Amino acid sequence: MSAADGRLLDVASLAVQLPVGGELRTVLHDVSFHIGPGEALGLVGESGSGKSMTARAIARLLPAGAVTTGTISYAGGDVTALKGAALRSYRAEVAMVFQDPRAHINPVRRIGDFMTEALRTNHGVSKADAVARAIGLLAEVGIADGQRRLEQHPHELSGGLLQRVMIASALLTEPRLLLADEPTTALDVTTQADVMAILDDLRRERGMALLFITHDLELASAVCDRTAVMYAGQLVEQRTSSQLHDDPLHPYTAGLVGARPRIDGDVTRLAAIPGRPRSAYEAPAGCAFADRCEHVEDACGEARPPLEPIEDGFVRCRRATELRGMLRAGGRHG
Amino acid sequence: MLIVTLFVASFAIYAAMYLAPGNPIAALTGGRTPTPQAIQVLEERYHLNDPFLVRYVRWLGNALTGDLGVSIPLRSDVSTLIRQRIGTTVQLVAFASLIIVVVGIGLGVLGGLRRGIVDNVVIVLSTLSAAVPSFVASIILLSVFAVNLGWFPVLGGGDGFVDQVRHLTLPAFALAFSSIALVARITRASVREEMGREHVQTAISRGIPYRLIVRRHVMRNAAIPITTIVGITVASLFAASAVVERAFTLNGIGAYLIQAALSKDIAVVQGISLVIVAVFVVVNAIVDFLYATLDPRVSLGTSAS
Repeated sequence: MSAADGRLLDVASLAVQLPVGGELRTVLHDVSFHIGPGEALGLVGESGSGKSMTARAIARLLPAGAVTTGTISYAGGDVTALKGAALRSYRAEVAMVFQDPRAHINPVRRIGDFMTEALRTNHGVSKADAVARAIGLLAEVGIADGQRRLEQHPHELSGGLLQRVMIASALLTEPRLLLADEPTTALDVTTQADVMAILDDLRRERGMALLFITHDLELASAVCDRTAVMYAGQLVEQRTSSQLHDDPLHPYTAGLVGARPRIDGDVTRLAAIPGRPRSAYEAPAGCAFADRCEHVEDACGEARPPLEPIEDGFVRCRRATELRGMLRAGGRHG
Repeated sequence: MLIVTLFVASFAIYAAMYLAPGNPIAALTGGRTPTPQAIQVLEERYHLNDPFLVRYVRWLGNALTGDLGVSIPLRSDVSTLIRQRIGTTVQLVAFASLIIVVVGIGLGVLGGLRRGIVDNVVIVLSTLSAAVPSFVASIILLSVFAVNLGWFPVLGGGDGFVDQVRHLTLPAFALAFSSIALVARITRASVREEMGREHVQTAISRGIPYRLIVRRHVMRNAAIPITTIVGITVASLFAASAVVERAFTLNGIGAYLIQAALSKDIAVVQGISLVIVAVFVVVNAIVDFLYATLDPRVSLGTSAS
């Protein structure tokens, strides 16, 4: 499983433990997926399911003391072993768009400094050239008066504008892979759609691969070729986006699909998954979803099910084949 | 804002001196009982019988033109007396400020960036220096470096630049000692806080080299709280220098303030107090200005509320 299969990013059996109060706590357990060049993969899950942690592990931004096992390989090279200049040139190819642009852009420096910093320090581009390219990309993300914006400070821009600036500056260095960690969650609903459309268009134009992290299954389906669902630090299902939505195989995925409000459905109470989300370290010993699943059997609590290949994807449920079709359309009986 | 502060401070100083016990005539005559005519002459000469407000307004009006009145015991101009001594104090405070900035910020950055042994050493050193008041530091430095080792002179101000620096080295360190701890602590905390900021993560994620991240994103942003604490510290050194000047027999305004207070030389005490307050206000105004240039979110127009 390497670049030989035409994979840009290959994550295999990734597990991460973080030090919490003197002990190591598991936050990711057996996460495996891959992204091909120009391909978009959605990573969906509730807060605390480990989706941001997965992106951080790929970007090598885990906090000090984190223990990583498994492999992350980018273009055939081992990402976890990178150091110094090699790590920096990896980072030049893999850009990240963060959730909260207000916190993730230095408030005391100008927008221009923020945007051109990587180009000028890592790629040796001259100031005038970097500024011209920044203005060009700002125009592409829908900011017409780029020249003026570059002179401004972050507090003078709205959240939506700032996120466009963040996306533009991530694209400036022409990365091959973009990690987008809930890029629209901090924005208001009308801005969300605009920003998402811009991100999607620019990515497709450039043939850039994307790991799109969101809690919105519908949005992931709209933007991504394939979607993976995370629960309690594990990948529970990974399918092509349309299949995942129409024919969910894991009871948790079915719950997520069912929990979406529908504009054409009956006006009843929104379906919800009973119980509360589990973190990786507090998940039950067998199947992590066992204590909230309505299809649970005694055998589900005995051993943690592996991620098994099924048609166009993978699923982590021992009853997947048996339950197929019964989970459709919200999947909740009664 | 600045002017209002100075105005209020000048009134407080004048009123405090007016209400303080003791009689300038008694101080002037050195305990002998003067004749009633002598008292009357003196009272008229120094306007001692005028109402309080009249005397305050006259004093303030003169102060604005640079005339701080006349020292009754010395019978000479207070402004001249201060002018002769303020140079020494300014040099001492400038020297001590330099030490505080270099050593304090240096230790703080070191402790903030390096965890483990280096950080622990910084914490121990700064706790130690915070615990030593300047008069104790003066005595220790004097006995070790001046008396026992003989590296530095024991007292006096010296002549010429090199000799002056030699004379001021020990007093400057004594004055800087406890402030170094404060600046180091604030610097360490700010550097650590900035290191953990999300925007620093962004810079790391873009592959910016570590030293540039520290310079452009950590130190640049930490400079805002550091400037504030250095400003307050430097401004307070003018008052704190009194103890050190006295310990090292330096002829500055701090030592003179103590001497004047002891000899009940009210005009001098008022004059020096006013100078110290003015310096404090001016230094703070400079800090405000720096603050606005360092932090684009602050503008001078809105901060002067």
